[in-house]
Amino acid sequence: MVQKLDMLQETPSQTAGPYVHIGMMPTYAGNAGTFDDEIGTSPISDGAQGDVIEITGSVYDGTGWAMRDALIESWQPDAQGKFAGQDGADPNVSGFCRFAADAESGEFCLRTVKPGAVATAGGTLQAPHIALWIVARGINIGLQTRIYFEDEDNSNDPVLARIEQRPRVDTLIAKKTGPGQYRFDIRLQGAGETVFLDM
Amino acid sequence: MLDGPLIPRNRAIHPDPYDPGYKTSVPRSPNLPLLSLDSTPSEETGPTFGHSRLGALDNNLILNWTRGAAPAVGERILMHGRVLDEHGRPVPNTLVEIWQANAGGRYRHKKDGYLAPLDPNFGGAGRTLTDEYGRYQFLTIRPGAYPWPNRANDWRPMHIHISVFGHSFGQRLITQMYFEGDPLIPLCPIAATIKNRAQLDRLVAPLDMAASKPLDYLAYKFDIVLRGRRQSMFENKPEGM
Repeated sequence: MVQKLDMLQETPSQTAGPYVHIGMMPTYAGNAGTFDDEIGTSPISDGAQGDVIEITGSVYDGTGWAMRDALIESWQPDAQGKFAGQDGADPNVSGFCRFAADAESGEFCLRTVKPGAVATAGGTLQAPHIALWIVARGINIGLQTRIYFEDEDNSNDPVLARIEQRPRVDTLIAKKTGPGQYRFDIRLQGAGETVFLDM
Repeated sequence: MLDGPLIPRNRAIHPDPYDPGYKTSVPRSPNLPLLSLDSTPSEETGPTFGHSRLGALDNNLILNWTRGAAPAVGERILMHGRVLDEHGRPVPNTLVEIWQANAGGRYRHKKDGYLAPLDPNFGGAGRTLTDEYGRYQFLTIRPGAYPWPNRANDWRPMHIHISVFGHSFGQRLITQMYFEGDPLIPLCPIAATIKNRAQLDRLVAPLDMAASKPLDYLAYKFDIVLRGRRQSMFENKPEGM
């Protein structure tokens, strides 16, 4: 017998299900007023510094259908690369947002500020990016991915550098469609499948 | 100091993303492997929420939909437990959110058209912050079981959905709490996405008579474990991620 490792195991995940919105986005579910102060309605407030941008897209299933029930959370630093709560962070950037695919069109839109670059603990500078977490009926454990930007220098990003099949890097890069406007589609499966992360 | 990268997820304890028994997972599961890397500040930091954002009845689902005017129909229960990390340390001041069907098995959601009626006094959502010991509690009603479209006659066991933040975005977790003794648990394709029965048992809350209140409510205990972080002493090498 050896000594015991005194560790616990993470609680297993279960799908968020089709009714996730009543708990996490009650107004979207038709239950406005459930909470006085719903969280995650916007990652920025008036006066946030930096470029305000809008990222539009859809989450497609393996058949190419734009899912109507996907719920996404985003987490990012402010325009200077500081996360909420860190010294000197922009008080008008909470950095956290919840947004859902439109029940009719399947399109989502994230309005935020363009994030600044953040270094890893080892000192490697990552390209500006927004972390995403996607949940829905049929997704048994939340999917992690990232939004990068085509008008930034992504050439030395340490995460993108680890993608072996280079054409797949494009699945993490939002395309500029106009001033302050980007398109970012997420494909869960099949041709053009988004790179999902285990970090 | 336990402030290094997040401990990598042990995917073996989690459900398989692709599970033909749960039909919707078939087109919604990635075919290609995940890209596994050490966490970075984007995963190690996370949003925080203060007490000022919560209402006094947010963790009382029996009363919060009517703002205290009238109680929901159903068997009154206390759902309580602790949020811990893999080191066994409490996770204080973190947001726990729950949502559930009413006593008849019907959700207050525009997409739920089940025969069972809505309860005018029940919304089905609650939230709270853990205390300094990682403890949380909700007063609610026992949700009903309900049928759902999958195989011809599938039913969900009684369950409450739970969302937990932790202190890092990479700790984010959604799961479901089941109730001890429910005969529908072993029949449910969603519960069965967890292949290891011992892991599924970790989602089944035991009846907790010690925490129940005589002549008022029964209690069920449900502890939640989030990912922990490694020590950082030897982590910050220049060549490291």
